[in-house]
Amino acid sequence: MMEITEGSHAVAEAVRLSRPQVVSAYPITPQTHIVEALADFVANGTLDAEYLTVDSELSALSACVGASAAGSRTYSATTSQGLMLMAEVVFNAAGMRLPIVMSIANRALGAPLSIWNDMQDSIAMRDSGWLQFYAEDNQEATDLHFLAYKVAEDATIQLPAFVCFDGFILSHTYEPIDMLTQEQVDQYLPAYNPAEKLDAKDPMSFGMYATPDYYMEFRYEMDEAQKRAKDVIAKYGKEFGTLFGRDYSALVEGYQLADAETAIIAMGSICGTVKDAIDEMRAAGKKVGLLKIRVFRPFPYEEIKKALAHVQRIAVLDKNISLGAKGGATAIEVRDAMYGSTIPVKGYVLGLGGRDIRKKDIKEIVSLCENGAGDQFYGLRKELI
Amino acid sequence: MSYDDWFRKDRLPHIFCAGCGNGTIINCTLAAIDQMNWKKEETIFVSGIGCSSRAPGYILTDSLHTTHGRAIAFATGVKMAKPDFNVVVFTGDGDMAAIGGNHFIHACRRNIDMTVVCMNNQIYGMTGGQGSPTTPKGCLSSTTPYGCAETPFDLCELATAAGANFVARWTSYHVKELEKSVKAGLETPGFSFIEVLTQCPTAFGRRNKFRQVIDHVEFLKSHSLLKAKRDRLVEKHEHVPEDMFVVGELTRRNRPALGVKP
Ligand SMILES: Cc1ncc(C[n+]2csc(CCOP(=O)(O)OP(=O)(O)O)c2C)c(N)n1
Ligand code: SF4
Ligand SMILES: [Mg+2]
Repeated sequence: MMEITEGSHAVAEAVRLSRPQVVSAYPITPQTHIVEALADFVANGTLDAEYLTVDSELSALSACVGASAAGSRTYSATTSQGLMLMAEVVFNAAGMRLPIVMSIANRALGAPLSIWNDMQDSIAMRDSGWLQFYAEDNQEATDLHFLAYKVAEDATIQLPAFVCFDGFILSHTYEPIDMLTQEQVDQYLPAYNPAEKLDAKDPMSFGMYATPDYYMEFRYEMDEAQKRAKDVIAKYGKEFGTLFGRDYSALVEGYQLADAETAIIAMGSICGTVKDAIDEMRAAGKKVGLLKIRVFRPFPYEEIKKALAHVQRIAVLDKNISLGAKGGATAIEVRDAMYGSTIPVKGYVLGLGGRDIRKKDIKEIVSLCENGAGDQFYGLRKELI
Repeated sequence: MSYDDWFRKDRLPHIFCAGCGNGTIINCTLAAIDQMNWKKEETIFVSGIGCSSRAPGYILTDSLHTTHGRAIAFATGVKMAKPDFNVVVFTGDGDMAAIGGNHFIHACRRNIDMTVVCMNNQIYGMTGGQGSPTTPKGCLSSTTPYGCAETPFDLCELATAAGANFVARWTSYHVKELEKSVKAGLETPGFSFIEVLTQCPTAFGRRNKFRQVIDHVEFLKSHSLLKAKRDRLVEKHEHVPEDMFVVGELTRRNRPALGVKP
């Protein structure tokens, strides 16, 4: 049923429909509306779960780890500083192979303090073992939660997952959402029933000490699970499409790519702006297309190489920067994906700390890329440097 | 020098809502500091994140505006590097008692020489009114829509139990008493903790039947029980009303302290 809803509330509703048994979160802007709505659902009995008002993000995710190890479906949400504070347990949750799903309302990192959007927070966690989904709009943000649980809990994967959606730009924006019904979600997402859990009748330990003789294989298994996740996402993304009409089987999605000379690569809500800019550039005779990355972990190397084999140049937009490396994380990975090809890959770091990105900026970046200029910050205020 | 001189007027207008109690507490603190004859260059304010933690931004000295909950830990570093400096921390109930609770108890235990003023509005004000570890039982917040079911902290008892040399509690109504207690805290070597119960009309008051700011201040006044009076009641084995909180200077002692000026 279509309804006009705030992004955060749509996400909260998706979480409610996913029937988590334990929700544990600490408030932080711009995530607050999600967890306030969930607290309301639990208090009103429309979600049969424990809602924990813990004392910090570190406690929030730690409680999720405990609850998940005990065999329940668990959920948390955070952003920015909150995610940084969780970092230790972020790695732990993945290492224990607990399929926790966590929404990230992407926000910049301090210092200086900023509450505005970029993707530095979740990108900083890219080596943790969590799956990472990125939403372009609130419909996608909503649907990706069902997909995330389904993939994360698959017996061949057993990894936690971030569903990332841009803070304020999506979290605080009202959009029409086609919300699934409880029957539909139940049909798609069965109850969580892990093969291994804390059980007094069959005692087991999670997170034990691994000597050098054992440690590496744990990491190897996690990496293998990440690789397997590509096919599992394809399978369950397709099933979602068959059942509900929106297909999420592809890790990357093209827009006007077939005959594109310049391809833009982007993630998240900026893709909407890019698509509008492309329409205008096409009307003016420029062959520009977009490759949207929906899944950043596992990273779609082959998919990118295949989708862009025919283009003349690639412009990668990054709302994050790996300081001291070659630009943003996406550009770095795309260069690796395109290794061996002669197609130039140019990176642009933009929109940090909430700096606005308009259609004309996208057009400007395409011009820069056409002229071979790139691997730079875009949109700096020169007078401040 | 008048305590006005400590204000950064160029930062006005401030971010606090109309009727917020934070301004009163900053005023009282600066009035106390003004009597200490401290040099501005030797005084540092440290805070975490929250409405309360915005205070150092309005004060004309060096300051560290740090991450949520860590103010006391950052301040410990400042004090150890510069034992000559006067270190004052502004914090909130969420900042200090939730996410930063561990730093608080350990600073009390070490009895490190600094003064911490906690603006306890019993809510996470800045993020829009979620329940905190000092939200009273039964009070409404956006994460406790039918009333908080958990037992809140008594921050002063916590500080005393953990080892602080000086502990006092007042409210935003008790401006003169508060100023005096802050001054006593500043003068006491070791860890001084001053809790100030205060009104947050935006995130707490409007959810909890304080229709006007004054209603909440009136409540704070009428529910304050002076320590001396409480002690008399206890001595006479008389009933101490449960819905009142004790105000006054609660602890003053001379445990070994860390970072005291040489
Ligand atoms: C690690 C981290 N988690 C959460 C937040 C979001 N946050 C900012 S202020 C605040 C609550 C502040 O409450 P309190 O300390 O009581 O200050 P008040 O605004 O009530 O004065 C929270 C949760 C943050 N900035 N950093
Ligand atoms: S939200 Fe509450 S604590 Fe924050 S400025 Fe407004 S009244 Fe003060
Ligand atoms: Mg507070």
